[in-house]
Parts: sequence; C-alpha cells; structure tokens
Amino acid sequence: MNFFLTVVLDGLIQASWLFIVALGLTLVFGVLKILNIAHGSFYALGAYIAATAVTTVAAHGLPPSFGFVAMLISVALIGSAVGLLLERGLLKMFYGRDEVVLLLVTYAVFLILEDATKLIWGVNPIYATQPYELFGNIEFAGLSYVGYDLVLLPVSAAIGFLVWFGLNRTVKGKIVLAVIHNEEMSVSMGVRVNRVYAVAFAFGVLLASLAGALTAPKISMQPGLSSDVIILSFAIVVIGGLGSVEGAAVGAILVGLARAASVHLMPQAELFMIYLIMAAVLMFRPEGLFKRETARRI
Amino acid sequence: MLLLVVAAALFGRALPTWTLSLATIAASNALIALGIVILARTGNVSFGQGLFYAAGGYGVALIANAWGITDALVQMLIGAVCGGLLGIVIGPLLARYSGIFFGMLTLALSMVLYGALVKTTALGGSDGFNIGRPTLFGLTFTDTREADFMLYAVSVVTTGLAGIAATILFRSELGLASLAVRENNLRVEYLGISSNWVVTINFAIAAVFAGASGSFALMAQRHIDPQFAYWTTSGEFVFVAVLAGYQSVAAVFVASVALELVRSFSNLYLPNTWQLVLGIFLLGVILFLPRGIGSLWIKQRRKRIDPPLTAVTVQKEAAQ
Repeated sequence: MNFFLTVVLDGLIQASWLFIVALGLTLVFGVLKILNIAHGSFYALGAYIAATAVTTVAAHGLPPSFGFVAMLISVALIGSAVGLLLERGLLKMFYGRDEVVLLLVTYAVFLILEDATKLIWGVNPIYATQPYELFGNIEFAGLSYVGYDLVLLPVSAAIGFLVWFGLNRTVKGKIVLAVIHNEEMSVSMGVRVNRVYAVAFAFGVLLASLAGALTAPKISMQPGLSSDVIILSFAIVVIGGLGSVEGAAVGAILVGLARAASVHLMPQAELFMIYLIMAAVLMFRPEGLFKRETARRI
Repeated sequence: MLLLVVAAALFGRALPTWTLSLATIAASNALIALGIVILARTGNVSFGQGLFYAAGGYGVALIANAWGITDALVQMLIGAVCGGLLGIVIGPLLARYSGIFFGMLTLALSMVLYGALVKTTALGGSDGFNIGRPTLFGLTFTDTREADFMLYAVSVVTTGLAGIAATILFRSELGLASLAVRENNLRVEYLGISSNWVVTINFAIAAVFAGASGSFALMAQRHIDPQFAYWTTSGEFVFVAVLAGYQSVAAVFVASVALELVRSFSNLYLPNTWQLVLGIFLLGVILFLPRGIGSLWIKQRRKRIDPPLTAVTVQKEAAQ
C-alpha cells in the first residue's frame, strides 16, 4: 500500500511539470498545426534563464524567495518575447507549406537553439538549487517529501484550470477555439488569425519555459536536456491526442505514473515503457485518447 | 550510370586519406537518405530510420562477433537483411498511418529500441562495444589507407547500385503508384491498388537501405552504441533527404557529401556550433530551395498547380 502511494505521488509530481510542457506543445499544434520539435529547447531555455536569475539573486545576498520570484518573472518575459520573435520573424514565412516542412523548420530551430544555449551557458552542468528548500520538507503518509515538489502539483493544476477556463469561458478563448476547429471559417467571420497565431505560439513557448523554470531547482542543466524533454512531451501529446488540453493532462499523468512505476520496479525499462504506451495508444486510437476523428476531403 | 559508379569508386585512389572515411560516411548517409526519399514519395517521412540503422549495425556487430565474420560485403548483406526483416514486420503496422502520425510512430519505435539498448548491459549499455576491422574476399588489410579505401569502394559501389535501383524503381509501376498515394491515397484505393501495400513495400526497401547503411557506419567506426537509434541521428538523415529534395537520386549524394563537408569544416573551425550552422543551412534550403538542391539542375517538367485560393491565404496576402 505504502509502495503504491509512493509510486502515485512520484508519478503525479512528474506529471505536474510534464503537463505544463505538454500543454504548450498541444496548444501550438492545435492552433498553428505545427508539431514543434523546438519545444524542448524552450523548456531548456527557461531552465537556464531561471538558473541565471537564481544565482544572480543569490550572489547579491538576497533570500531564495526573491530568487524564485525573479526566475519566474524573467522567464515569463524572455519566454514570451522569444516566442513572439520566432513566430513573427521566422515561422510566418513558412505558413501554408506542408506540415512535414514545418516540422523540419522547428527541427532547424531546435538545432540552432541547442548550440545557442551551449554558447551562452557552456557545456558544464549548472545548478540552481536555492529555491528547492524554500518550502521545507513535508511529511506525508509516513514519507518525507520535499515541499517544493508538492507545491508543483497545485501550481500545475492551477495553470491547467486557467488555460481551460480561458479557452472555454472567455470570448478571446472561444475565438482561439474557433481557429482551432476551422481556421477558414473564423477568418471569414473576421478573426485576425495572424494575431491568434502569434499569441498562441508565444503562449506555448511561455508554458514550456515556465515548466523549465519550475523544474530548474530540481535538476542539473546540461546539454541534452531539450532532446530528452521533447521526447517525453511528444509521447504525452500523442497519447492524449494532438491539440487537446484534457488529453495533455491525462497523457501527462499516464507518462508520469509509468515513469515513476518503472523507476521503482524496473529502472532499465523507463523510456521503453513510455514509448510502449504511446505505440499501443496509436495502434488502437491513432488520433489519441481525446480527439474525435475528423472527416477528410476525398 | 554503372561506369559513373565505378569511376567514383576508383576516384578514391586519388583522394587524400582523411577524406576517405568522410566519403564512406557520406556514402552511407546517402544510402539511408535514399531510403527516406523512396518512402517520402508515398508522402510519409520517417523520423525513425535510426531504428533500422541501429538494427543493421547491432545485427552485424553481434553476428560478426559471434561467428567471426569479417568480410565487408557479407557484413553489409547481414545489415541489409536485419533492417529488411524488421521493416517487413513493422511496415504493415505503420502503413495505416500518414503524415505526422507516421513520423511520430517511427520516432517512437526507434526510441523504444534506444531505451532498450541503453539499458542492456550485455550489449555494453550506453557505451556500446567494438568490432574488428573488416576484410574483403579473404584479404586482410593491414595498411590503414588500404583498409579505408576498401571500405570506401564497397560503400560507394553499394550506394551507387542502390541509386541505380532507385532510379529504376521510380519509373516502375510501384514508383508511380507511390506518387499517387502521396497525392491522394483514397483515390488510389478506388483504382484498385492497395495504398497500404505500396507504403509497406517502400517502407521495407527503405529499411533494407537503412540496415546496410548501419553496417557501413559500424565498419567505418568499428564501434557501435545506442546513439545509432537516437532520434537526432534519424533527424540528420531526414535533413539529407530534405536537402536533396525528392526528385533526383544524384542530389541525395551531393547533399550527403555537402552535409559531411559542412560538418567537418565546422568541427574544425567552429567547434560546438556545427548544429547551429546545420540549422541555419536547413532553414536556408527550405526557404530558398523548397524542392531541394536537386532543383538546381532539374527543370520542372510540369507547371505547378497553385493551391486553391482560400480565405486564409487572402487575409495573409492582404496583411503583407
């Protein structure tokens, strides 16, 4: 029983940050129909920026809570700016091309960002552990958990709720949904799709870098981070259904649990498990768990 | 064309030693990219050719070590068979998918193999293991230049023959049906051709090429590790295919050599930034040569049919 609880909690903690990354990926796909390979790079970018912010604050002798706030603010600003810049400056040129071409464009962006982060932050591992002790340790069912990990759960749930609420209960969100469902019709109704594209992409990048910032205190930042994260978040959105918010949540929980379970039971099968789930889901429901099949033109 | 292949192989005699191994890798990459081009003619881009690349490489390494097979040709055939067998098993399963889902599934399968290989300590885990220097027809090459040249010749001839086979394939019934599947697979079905079958056959051919390519990479490096199956490895092969465009077999070779040259020069002058150079290069090609470098010398035969004017394109044009 205790073991079961450990796996579930570990899985949910994993799922909490994975969900934030996958949410960004799935939104960008839903609106722009781009499967963004560079998404993991934005996660890494967020993590690196957070590390810089945290260590700068710590170097000035300020308390770690300042570092925590500073990292969130700096990542939010830089993340959305990078997103806007990329969409307006680069992706715009490729709209209307084949979706595989757009995939390759984001692959090129991934390659560029990969080396750009190496040039800025070097190849040695970077740590930003100061905020990790911020919330102390919490005893739960006889187990000791780092408070920071548990705080991630409500944070992630709140982000999920806000996105869901924003999309389904506000006028602007409904316009975005309209673009997701039928871009052509929304243009005819006077929606400025270009603007929706730019905002959606910037928001996706913001989510990825925010997740990077939130996990930065838990991990060591080093090259290869982005390609590992993109692989996980691909699996999540494909399991859940590309473009679906609920799907991203369920996919993140499934992948988080699978990771936690295999870490405890069979550490050698971790990556294997996740992709097995993804392959299984695709075999039986190619559209993912949460996506309705759409009619196609003959 | 055969003469051209033989000439290219003999040309290796004149090449300086350091370019020989580079050219071997370029030929091997061209072979696997050729497979991607063949598959892409059905409209499906595989982001997981690393699966067959690694299957070929590991298959050869294991069998060669177990049975003491060192002949380069035999090793290449073993690699091709390993890749092909796996392709025949997976092909029918994947043929039902198209576009992004096809790409994602191939990527997923290659990552399954990667995940399994990294954790398999019997195969050296993430460090991999080494194999001996290949021989040819019972000849052992003690001089490294001779050995490099032998490998160069075998890989160039194999890739050249594969290129000739691909040209024939493109003009065959199957090759033309592949193009039709890319345009509209439902209409192909209405014509009485199974589009799944067309995709499966092309997939298996691509897998055979990838397996053989994996064996060359193994023989050239005399070392194998799970990186063979990692998705960024597969990404590089797709890169070569995109660079080449989908129209010309020769373009695949040119693209592959170009990539290897860019890689070694940026390794030499800009260490740590060759991916950056590669990314900019890729963006440039997609932007300025949308049909690949093949379009530099192949004139378009028929007029491009413009996509239908939609409300979205009208708005976008108005915005510019």
